[in-house]
Amino acid sequence: MTTPMKHPDTYLDAFHRLDQRAAGHELAWLRQLRAHAFERFSQMGFPTTHDEDWRFTNVSAIARTRFSLPHEGRGRLLRPELLPPRLGNPEARLTFLNGHLVRELSTFPQAIQVSSLKAELERSPDTIRLHLGRYLDMQRDAFSPLNTAFFEDGAYVHVTRGKVIEEPIHLIFVSASDRPIMSHPRNLLVFDEQCEATVVEEYISWPGEVVFSNSATELIAGESTTISHYMIEREHGEAFNISTLRIQQARSANVASHSVLLGGGLVRNNVHPVLAGEGGECLINGLFVGTGREHLDNYMHVEHASPHSTSRQFYNGILDGHAHGVFHGRIVVHKNAQKTDAKQTNRNLLLSDNAQIDTKPQLEIYADDVKCTHGATIGQIDDTALFYLRSRGIEERVGRRLLLMAFAGQCLERMSAGAARSHVEHLIHEHLSLIEPLPGEESEPVAVERTLEEVG
Amino acid sequence: MSLLEIKNLRVRVAGHEILKGIDLTIDSGEVHSIMGPNGSGKSTLAQVLARRETYQVIDGEVLFNGKDLLAMKPEEAACEGVFMAFQYPVEIPGISNTYFMRSALNAMRKYRNQDEMDAMDFLPMFREKVKLLEMDEKLMSRSVNEGFSGGEKKRNEILQMAVLEPKLAILDETDSGLDIDALRIVAKGVNAMRSKDRGMLVVTHYQRLLNYIVPDRVHVLVDGRIARSGGSELALELEEKGYGWIDGEAQATVPAST
Repeated sequence: MTTPMKHPDTYLDAFHRLDQRAAGHELAWLRQLRAHAFERFSQMGFPTTHDEDWRFTNVSAIARTRFSLPHEGRGRLLRPELLPPRLGNPEARLTFLNGHLVRELSTFPQAIQVSSLKAELERSPDTIRLHLGRYLDMQRDAFSPLNTAFFEDGAYVHVTRGKVIEEPIHLIFVSASDRPIMSHPRNLLVFDEQCEATVVEEYISWPGEVVFSNSATELIAGESTTISHYMIEREHGEAFNISTLRIQQARSANVASHSVLLGGGLVRNNVHPVLAGEGGECLINGLFVGTGREHLDNYMHVEHASPHSTSRQFYNGILDGHAHGVFHGRIVVHKNAQKTDAKQTNRNLLLSDNAQIDTKPQLEIYADDVKCTHGATIGQIDDTALFYLRSRGIEERVGRRLLLMAFAGQCLERMSAGAARSHVEHLIHEHLSLIEPLPGEESEPVAVERTLEEVG
Repeated sequence: MSLLEIKNLRVRVAGHEILKGIDLTIDSGEVHSIMGPNGSGKSTLAQVLARRETYQVIDGEVLFNGKDLLAMKPEEAACEGVFMAFQYPVEIPGISNTYFMRSALNAMRKYRNQDEMDAMDFLPMFREKVKLLEMDEKLMSRSVNEGFSGGEKKRNEILQMAVLEPKLAILDETDSGLDIDALRIVAKGVNAMRSKDRGMLVVTHYQRLLNYIVPDRVHVLVDGRIARSGGSELALELEEKGYGWIDGEAQATVPAST
């Protein structure tokens, strides 16, 4: 069953127009990839809550809204100072506005091969062809096909064999518009053998703007690589954010995926690592913090496809107001993946009677010599711990905030020390101060009147 | 003015009256001990004084330095100078001991309109107290009480007391579960804190701790009432004869009020 699309023509028209101008539209293989994807999207339609993978998340608001695809160069960001701080020096930083690269807000250090996917499709389409669309699962839901059909740009990162990149590669995706728009950022992150790197994807929008970001990232971790990937999502009550991270791990690759979801009307965070080579290790670490009527859904799909691989999932949720959180942790152990060691933990704090969490483990084990465990907890702020803090003179509000920070800190502790972690820590502090303001800190949300100026 | 004046304190917990009219006065410089069998209300009294909100006061009055203690929140009581060493210290993953102690001390300094202490001033003082309690300094960068042994948790309570320098220190069964070495260290820490400006209330089931912390007064709590008070020799008598002796005598000498 699918949600009847209210505006199927919108997507069809948009697709036909885009087909003529999109990145790499002159490449036959890419046109074919897009055409297949669009066909797949049309067949599937948006999922409904009858679909097991979408039981707790209703996307009919996305299906109902008439989103347009903004053209490149149509807008100029009015408040660049609201963008995140620089995470390193020199930092590779790509800023995208509504799916298009903003060159003047981007820096490309010589040492790393970082460029926009669009530019790379022009420069060396055959390199891109090797990977693009090869890993993303097009059968599971309509959003990955939708992204593939409609992507216009995104980041292309290639770190060559043995290289160690100290500073984070920072990819910033801004959605800004006074009318409903959608963007479909597509990232391709390729890491050759034995290299080390950190990539931070950060998705931002501002209050009151109806935007839909549907991103897809294919991350290819070669043999014995050590990669950290951060997904920072901080959007507002009117924003829709669907993201899919597909990780392909070769032998002995060590990948850490950190997701930090700090708001959004409807957020779905798909993380899909495949431990394809022997001895791979994957950490899937996350924190989601929801307030108001926000809906934050985390869908993990961890595939062990080779022997001796290890995965660790830790997700902590904090939910206040009427927020609704979802954690779906699916672990699939393939038949040949003996000696798999998979662990999953989901902890949740509900700060109000109206907040809600649905947590669901799902283990599918086809091998016979494996270790798989899962556990979930749901609770409130620990009264005894709060009393302990207060009995030492710490004010109740400060104590609550300390306990929230400590709970979130469990996720921070799993991140390697460095600029990316400090950035995340700062964002979490800032966000928790909105939930539990301290005296003299009463929230004054940044009032943004206009974020975008139409040009051209 | 006395440091602590408890008058006819009656407290209910989950519908049951646990304290049935306590009268107790402690002056600065004095160490009092409350002894009594399990379930007599000792811990309830300690918790009420630390302002645990799950206890319902149904009658009576508690004055701390002349101020109405029962009107205070736990953090206000703490800032006024009341400290309770917990019978079961709480583990708080994600907050380090050092950070916790500095936050607590600064909360109190702020309450008293004193400047907050920065890490440079705080750490040397803190290290000295850590040494006094013979604790491993490495524990201090770890989360509060997380993974601590029973003895380390109890010593950590006394360490907190040494840092926060309360006017009234309440020790709630600090001796339970301690081996003799840990007990000695705890007692040493407590005795170092004895001063004419400080009162103490040592709540214990056994007399053992009182060999090391010798009280000025001993009160025996039986069924929510102080059945007998005396000097430190009373503790020895109890050790010898058990609580049954007081129990029977209390019932004989204090007629039921109902």
